[in-house]
Amino acid sequence: MSYTITLTINRVPRTLELDDPRITLLDLLRERLDLPGTKKGCDRGQCGACTILLDGRRVNACLALALSHDGAEILTIEGLAEGEALHPMQQAFIAHDAFQCGFCTPGQIMSAIGLVGEGQTGADPERVREGMSGNLCRCGAYRGITEAVVEAARAMAADGQGRAA
Amino acid sequence: MSETRQMRHGSSIGQPVTRRDGLLKVTGQARFAADNHPAGLLHAVLAVSRIARGRVAALDLPAARAHPGVVEVMVTANRLALALHPDDKSVPFSFKLDLLQDDRVRYAGQPIAVVIAATLEAATEAAALLAPRYEAGPVEVTLDAPGGYVPESVGVGDPGEMRHGDVEAGLRAAARRIEATYETPLQFHNAMEPHGVVAAWEGDALSLDMPTQGLALTRMRLAALLGIRAEDIHIRSPFIGGGFGSKLLSGPQVLGILAARLVGRPVKLVLTRAQMYGPVTHRSPTRQTLRLGAARDGALTAIHHHVRTATSRHDDFLEPSAGVSHTLYAAPAIATTNEAVRLDTGTPGFMRAPGEASGSIALESAIDEMAHACGMDPLEFRLRNYAEVEPVSGKPFSSKALRECYAEGAARFGWAGRPLAPRQMRDEDGLLVGWGVGTATFPAIMFQAEARAVLRRDGTGLVESGTHDMGQGAWTAFAQIGADSLGLDLDRLEFRAGHSDLPNAGIAGGSGHTATAGGAIHAAGAQAIARLTEIAVADPRSPLFGAGNVGVVARGGRLLRRDDESRGEAYADILARAGLDSVEGRGSAAADPAAAERYAMHAHGAVFAEVKVDPELGQIRATRLVGAFAAGRIINPRLVRSQYYGGMIWGLSFALHERAAMDPRTGRVMNADLAEYHVPVNADVPSVEAILVEEQDPHVNALGIKGVGEIGITGTAGAIANAIWHATGTRIRRFPVAIEELGR
Amino acid sequence: MNRFEYVRPRSVAEAVAAGAVPGSAYLAAGTNLLDLMKIGVARPGRLVDLNHLPGLDGIEHQADGAVRIGAQVRNADLAHDPGFRRRFPAVAEALLSGASAQLRNAATVGGNLLQRTRCAWFQDTASACNRRDPGSGCDARGGENRLHAVLGWSEHCIATHPSDFCVPLAALDAVVEVEGPTGRREIALRDFHLLPGTTPERESVLAPGELVVALRLPAEAAGFAAHARYAKLRERTSYAFAVVSAAAALRIVDGRIVAARLALGGVAAKPWRAEEAEAALAGAAPEAAAFRRAAEAALAAARPSGDNAFKIELARRIAVRALTLAAAGTPERLPALPASPFAPLSGGRHV
Repeated sequence: MSYTITLTINRVPRTLELDDPRITLLDLLRERLDLPGTKKGCDRGQCGACTILLDGRRVNACLALALSHDGAEILTIEGLAEGEALHPMQQAFIAHDAFQCGFCTPGQIMSAIGLVGEGQTGADPERVREGMSGNLCRCGAYRGITEAVVEAARAMAADGQGRAA
Repeated sequence: MSETRQMRHGSSIGQPVTRRDGLLKVTGQARFAADNHPAGLLHAVLAVSRIARGRVAALDLPAARAHPGVVEVMVTANRLALALHPDDKSVPFSFKLDLLQDDRVRYAGQPIAVVIAATLEAATEAAALLAPRYEAGPVEVTLDAPGGYVPESVGVGDPGEMRHGDVEAGLRAAARRIEATYETPLQFHNAMEPHGVVAAWEGDALSLDMPTQGLALTRMRLAALLGIRAEDIHIRSPFIGGGFGSKLLSGPQVLGILAARLVGRPVKLVLTRAQMYGPVTHRSPTRQTLRLGAARDGALTAIHHHVRTATSRHDDFLEPSAGVSHTLYAAPAIATTNEAVRLDTGTPGFMRAPGEASGSIALESAIDEMAHACGMDPLEFRLRNYAEVEPVSGKPFSSKALRECYAEGAARFGWAGRPLAPRQMRDEDGLLVGWGVGTATFPAIMFQAEARAVLRRDGTGLVESGTHDMGQGAWTAFAQIGADSLGLDLDRLEFRAGHSDLPNAGIAGGSGHTATAGGAIHAAGAQAIARLTEIAVADPRSPLFGAGNVGVVARGGRLLRRDDESRGEAYADILARAGLDSVEGRGSAAADPAAAERYAMHAHGAVFAEVKVDPELGQIRATRLVGAFAAGRIINPRLVRSQYYGGMIWGLSFALHERAAMDPRTGRVMNADLAEYHVPVNADVPSVEAILVEEQDPHVNALGIKGVGEIGITGTAGAIANAIWHATGTRIRRFPVAIEELGR
Repeated sequence: MNRFEYVRPRSVAEAVAAGAVPGSAYLAAGTNLLDLMKIGVARPGRLVDLNHLPGLDGIEHQADGAVRIGAQVRNADLAHDPGFRRRFPAVAEALLSGASAQLRNAATVGGNLLQRTRCAWFQDTASACNRRDPGSGCDARGGENRLHAVLGWSEHCIATHPSDFCVPLAALDAVVEVEGPTGRREIALRDFHLLPGTTPERESVLAPGELVVALRLPAEAAGFAAHARYAKLRERTSYAFAVVSAAAALRIVDGRIVAARLALGGVAAKPWRAEEAEAALAGAAPEAAAFRRAAEAALAAARPSGDNAFKIELARRIAVRALTLAAAGTPERLPALPASPFAPLSGGRHV
């Protein structure tokens, strides 16, 4: 049996035929749509490496059944930069050395953008640390991550981008 | 301030440039191994043993094969023959492998079959459908297992026993004696990127996308196993999503390679997180007994550091925890001894600061206990026992700015005024506050590496070395060294790395990669410049003609007379006139046995920790960490600082969080995930600082580099343990500190 | 994960009809169910997807002061709903102390009620577990069970319920609205989850096919808003399940407690309402001695199920802590670290 769903992925609407009901959004992106920027670290919602924006909210793509999200809008790390122009969060991650191996980084950045959109932390580093605690970084780049998110949150607020990822 | 002092004007080395791979990593364009998807790809999934000892009696192959999408199930019977038995170790740092050679099971999590299917979903489910039946034997998986033996060596060839002076006499003569036993847990590396491979065969040539910390060794190991020529194996490992010692050589990924051969199609095999708790090595638990003696004035009279640890029943690696006691504190008598027991587990291996991490938390705790027994401030006690020469060998240190580390770290942390007695400080909310210190140490290790450097007619340079970037910033640091070695601005340099076809860069391990491969790159660049110089000084048309005797300087893409820098010319012009497209240099680097004979070579540091403890509930938070480290020349302070932060967070994790809970009845890890195997989250790290203490080392290697990858974990774990004691008055000797230890 | 039939009903009635077929499971966010399917603990033959059903995702502040929350409302949306947060601050704090922001954005109210235990032997299909496989035994007994139940357990099962959210719900007399093949009914949250007894596989009172459609907090529960807190002891600062937790809610008039609510988490197979403690607090001054007496009463029946005697005392202390925090008054804004011992008592200051 096959299923047809539509998804808007990185602003491009797509109609997809799925031959298997078991496919998660994460495996859909990575294995079937050649969007491997979203990473699989645990596949169980325990590490945050697969964080994407689903209808504007950060979620773990590994625990989202693709079929169940028919009609949704998805933004992944590949869809973040507008042409050559990096998103302020991406710039801040580079400037603050907010990663080492880079494997958790797409999830961190998408989570950070989701966090700013949620509007609960402001530039309070302690609230940012708590809000980013769903993204493990085994290299231990947390200091840079927090600094980057605080800085980018300010830049995004100044730019009026708080809500629009 | 230290940072400015270390910068050399006009050079890339010492500059805090941002990562050259940063753009790729923040845009999702950095392709890790499992991100590759060649045409015709099939997915392979491991089935692993749920028993720890015995044999696989049956697998439901029909059920697995019948699952829609399944192409093949690889088991012992149809696995292709290997040229070398998986138990034969053909290269350094290798371990026995489990490649379906028979039906025996020697640890839980051992691969017992591989399912290959058109989709990941199908392969995953079919692996579950194999529903193995076992004949299980009794298991031993803890340090309480009966028996044990005295090993001849621990780690990689370190002596199992070392004696300097008469420890018993030293203890007898001591005015203060302590004896304490510390326990450290079973730990797993848990890099964020699971081990994986995308393997594709073309005839007898093998193309691999696979993260490895040792491209050349991996290629040699695979060539020997598969019986093909090393040069027919092409491994791409441009990004390693964390290794920490677990990705030195391919283990279960070999099964993906064999699966690809079996089905004649490219295959992707990626371990699940749970499968990373078995076949990819780990840090064994240790039980360490420290006996210390000290005179009335606080001078240590004896250190005895005894370690009980474990290896697998079938292979050998013993966590060399006592090594730190050879170097850290002066004492007239030092003995280190080891005992080991064989367990029904996977084989342990190199996990970030193998030996130093586990040994340091025990030694630093014991030193603190002795300082308290002597009524001394723990920092003062460490200074009182400062080792001016390496205690056990008597060798001078090639350099040692530990005293400066103590001073700069203490000043930054605000150590002065710390109450001597424990349980004296509270914050405004009533939380207990404690401060602790630990000394950090890690040896300056060199391996062997080669590199190639090219100056091109267009004025750019190329450096090639098969180096490994697992987050240290190798792309960036090596490019900085390469640019300086070729006298080029950084943006004029192309740096190629992460591929087995490039010159052998050794391994990324032992904190020795930058020193070793950096040394090779430096030498290669120097040779290229020397060749270009030969051409220029011999050419009457060059302003450098005849400058051979006074020498030249290479800078900014130009050769300049050393005695008159206004006279010089661009590399491009020299090459153009000589009708050459390029000149090339080759370089290599390795440990200098003569230097090692004369000097003890170690990086050092001092870590200061503040913890807060809820007095009723026992929950702990490390609220402030300040580390000051001296590790020779710093290539890139931004990246080095990040390495120190990461190491210190590993130290925090060691003291407070991570521990695999293995069920002693079955040998299964019962928290084989990231929800219950706790590594620190962002909120666990409210404040971490690293100070780069200046240290110039003319002996350690050509560039004066000691390595920074592992030292941060040492010192930190002990500093936190000591801070917990200072906060609470309770000395916890089992790590990580469990909530029930303080909440009683 | 096994192959399954995927059903997307258009109405609650259709959903219930589909869900009544044996082997069916309701799919909300999937944050728990898909995880359990991946590790082989759950193998439903059919998934009935609730995500496209109309009318289950509203937060309705009703005229009588009650609030009715659709089962598909996401945890984060509920916690951040200004009206809800103001009136039921302990519930918001519990929600925000659980899991991660990503999971809270996905996980639903209905799903949270029905999440399964984190017991390692339940999750490990090679182990004996009466809850997963009735009659097979309980390998948690005799294993490292330091975090297992100290209240209400039986020799057949010593697992705990992992929810933070359900703890204040139990304290505040929340009501679960259920629709099933035989119609609609309401169940008090306190009666919703079952203790293991001899049938640990029965985790709630839901009959086959019954679907949680809404959750209701009665108007009376908002009467505690000025003094309501959740406190949670964890093994890391965030993103960890509770070792023990407590929700406390007080009504204080003229320096006396006129009504008290207390529930504990992490101690039993259900969120543990401590009525004896509440009775002990009634009429008392909101002071340490009364809180300690209440905590003693709450844990009076506790006994270790293994290596976890320490949890009994920690449960008393977390109860005291929650009561103390509640007595001090609900803060204007939730702390940066919800429910954490490291959330400052003294306003905005923190490291």
